[in-house]
Amino acid sequence: MAGDTLLLDYGSGGKAAHRLIGELFLKHFDNPVLRTLDDAARLELTGPLAMSTDSYVVDPLFFPGGDIGTLAVHGTVNDVAMLGARPRYLSCGFILEEGLDMEVLERIVASMGNAAREAGVCIVTGDTKVVPRGMADKVFINTTGIGEIIVNPSPSGHSARPGDAVIVSGTMGDHGLTILSHREGLNFSADVRSDSAALNGLTERLLLEVGDIHVLRDPTRGGLATTLNEIAGQSGAVLRIAERDIPVRDAVREGCSFLGLDPLYLANEGKLICILPQEKAEAALAVLRQSPLGADAARIGTVLAPDGAGPGRAGQVILETPMGGHRLLSMLEGEQLPRIC
Amino acid sequence: MSVNFSTAFKDPDLSRSLVERLHRELDRPLRFMEVCGTHTVAIFQSGMRPLLPAGVKHLSGPGCPVCVTHESEVAAYLQLAEKPGVIIATFGDLMRVPGPGGANLKLAQAQGARVEIVYSAHDALKLAADNPGDTVVFLGIGFETTAPTVAATVLMAREQGLKNFCVLSFHKLVPPALRALLADPDCAVDAFLLPGHVSTILGVEPYRFVADEFHTPGIIAGFDPVDILQALLIMVEQRKSGQFAIVNSYRRAVDDAGNPRAREILDTVFQPADALWRGIGCIPGSGLVFRPEFAQFDAMPRLGLTLPEAKPIAGCKCGDVLKGKMQPSDCPLFAKACTPAKPVGPCMVSTEGSCAAYFKYHVEA
Repeated sequence: MAGDTLLLDYGSGGKAAHRLIGELFLKHFDNPVLRTLDDAARLELTGPLAMSTDSYVVDPLFFPGGDIGTLAVHGTVNDVAMLGARPRYLSCGFILEEGLDMEVLERIVASMGNAAREAGVCIVTGDTKVVPRGMADKVFINTTGIGEIIVNPSPSGHSARPGDAVIVSGTMGDHGLTILSHREGLNFSADVRSDSAALNGLTERLLLEVGDIHVLRDPTRGGLATTLNEIAGQSGAVLRIAERDIPVRDAVREGCSFLGLDPLYLANEGKLICILPQEKAEAALAVLRQSPLGADAARIGTVLAPDGAGPGRAGQVILETPMGGHRLLSMLEGEQLPRIC
Repeated sequence: MSVNFSTAFKDPDLSRSLVERLHRELDRPLRFMEVCGTHTVAIFQSGMRPLLPAGVKHLSGPGCPVCVTHESEVAAYLQLAEKPGVIIATFGDLMRVPGPGGANLKLAQAQGARVEIVYSAHDALKLAADNPGDTVVFLGIGFETTAPTVAATVLMAREQGLKNFCVLSFHKLVPPALRALLADPDCAVDAFLLPGHVSTILGVEPYRFVADEFHTPGIIAGFDPVDILQALLIMVEQRKSGQFAIVNSYRRAVDDAGNPRAREILDTVFQPADALWRGIGCIPGSGLVFRPEFAQFDAMPRLGLTLPEAKPIAGCKCGDVLKGKMQPSDCPLFAKACTPAKPVGPCMVSTEGSCAAYFKYHVEA
């Protein structure tokens, strides 16, 4: 399909559409469920299920460390995994702009296929629409994921308890800075690359080998600061976080300082926040650090009762600064950020 | 030994020892005011406020250019939204600044006005070159730091013969505002933390009157905790000794002479004039208007804009906050009717506004 251009015909349901399915989607997503090409996918699942959907409109389509295809798989797989589930199946809807280079589409589809295989999920149903030039920006993707919940109770943003440890699986802000700097035409060092990755392997080990995981969340849009605030609000607790313990790559720190950004508000696409009883913190860190995806895992803070001795009310995140002072770490509010996922 | 400028002035141990020294040496209350939005944010972000001695009070002055833009000026640039064939080029911070009747640029844009967010005046020039059939108006809001780049852009436009580019100059000058604050009999400021960025252009000289006429310390400082704490210590020392002076404590960025070339470009295009400041009113010689030979770039006459009488926003205390007479949380609207998501006054709109910083970072004791 190299050198070809996407025409409106491809979305018509006719022969062109069939060619797209056969030569592109089946080739890269191939699995027994999809292969039947019936109107719907027949799934074999047991127990309580987790389901999540997300749409991906990132610009640029390709960036160091990933592309819109890896994000569309990793993002949805991770959302399902954060509920304590084993992700099994994905659906996938494409909205494509007329005139798109078919080679670009194939690169994206191939990378989705690889990402799905690596994450152990099957893309079992899909849809393609082609819209006239200018009605969409090159490629938009929606994926919905479904998985089997493997623990009871399953982790939830409501379950942080006073005394719990707050852990992150690695460095913050890598994805967001990669996208923003590329868009501004700035290339920092080779160290700045998206962390786009499927986290279901990590979450499954945490859930089954460490256990008693109260909260699992992936700090995507809005970054660590926003997700911590959501958890503090849902759990009615104060989160006290030590700024100096939050892992941030030097290149990201420097890039942020140059662009006037705060890495704690930048999106991550391959990191998780894990909140669990203090006494399990070391075990969780050990499990995380055994994987390259969790090599920089660190304990960054503690959950406190809102009526405790320290500053902060229920729902607030208090950041202890390196010089020993403190301030509010608030939610991302009112800032205009371009499309990042 | 080489110094890593990106970390040396953030050093936590040095910062703590400076805080301890401040506790030891403070012998009378110190109400210091910064007049730079970057300082506002830096002080809050460092978390130093709860560590400072009780006698040290941080006041956030008229240092955010968006916040000091007068209601009449907002009303003037909003008139542009209704002019056919006009593209408004603006820094993003202005988009949500409320004008008369709750109008703002974002709303105007949704209703069909052509508004483009740019990152520099030069981007606006490019916009003009790309849209020869339209008139691009750059909203010139800013202090001495950005005004020279706007002047340089005007010179480029003249050189390129670009006739569809003009500037609405609501630029403001910092030293006249300092004078107005100090001349106010209610002035509650004991010392000024002078703006690092503005000073790269101005140097030391334009601030001398602060120390000489008003016997008030003025310390030019950088934006890291060590910079700010060191400046506070110099303020304390000067007040003890009674020897007041302007000190350049940001030598790694600010030359005592400032940037004469930038000032020369500024003077070529603009001249000082009286200007309106939100919450303060008219300050003599505190604005910049086009010199007659650059009149063709002046958006005011060219597009027939006026500075309408505009009523201050009811209940909004931004003016008192800007003058250091009130803490943001003392305003009855703060965090109730006025939040960053739904700002009433400009100090809550700009990310560097004192109310926005207070809302975002301040922890109630």
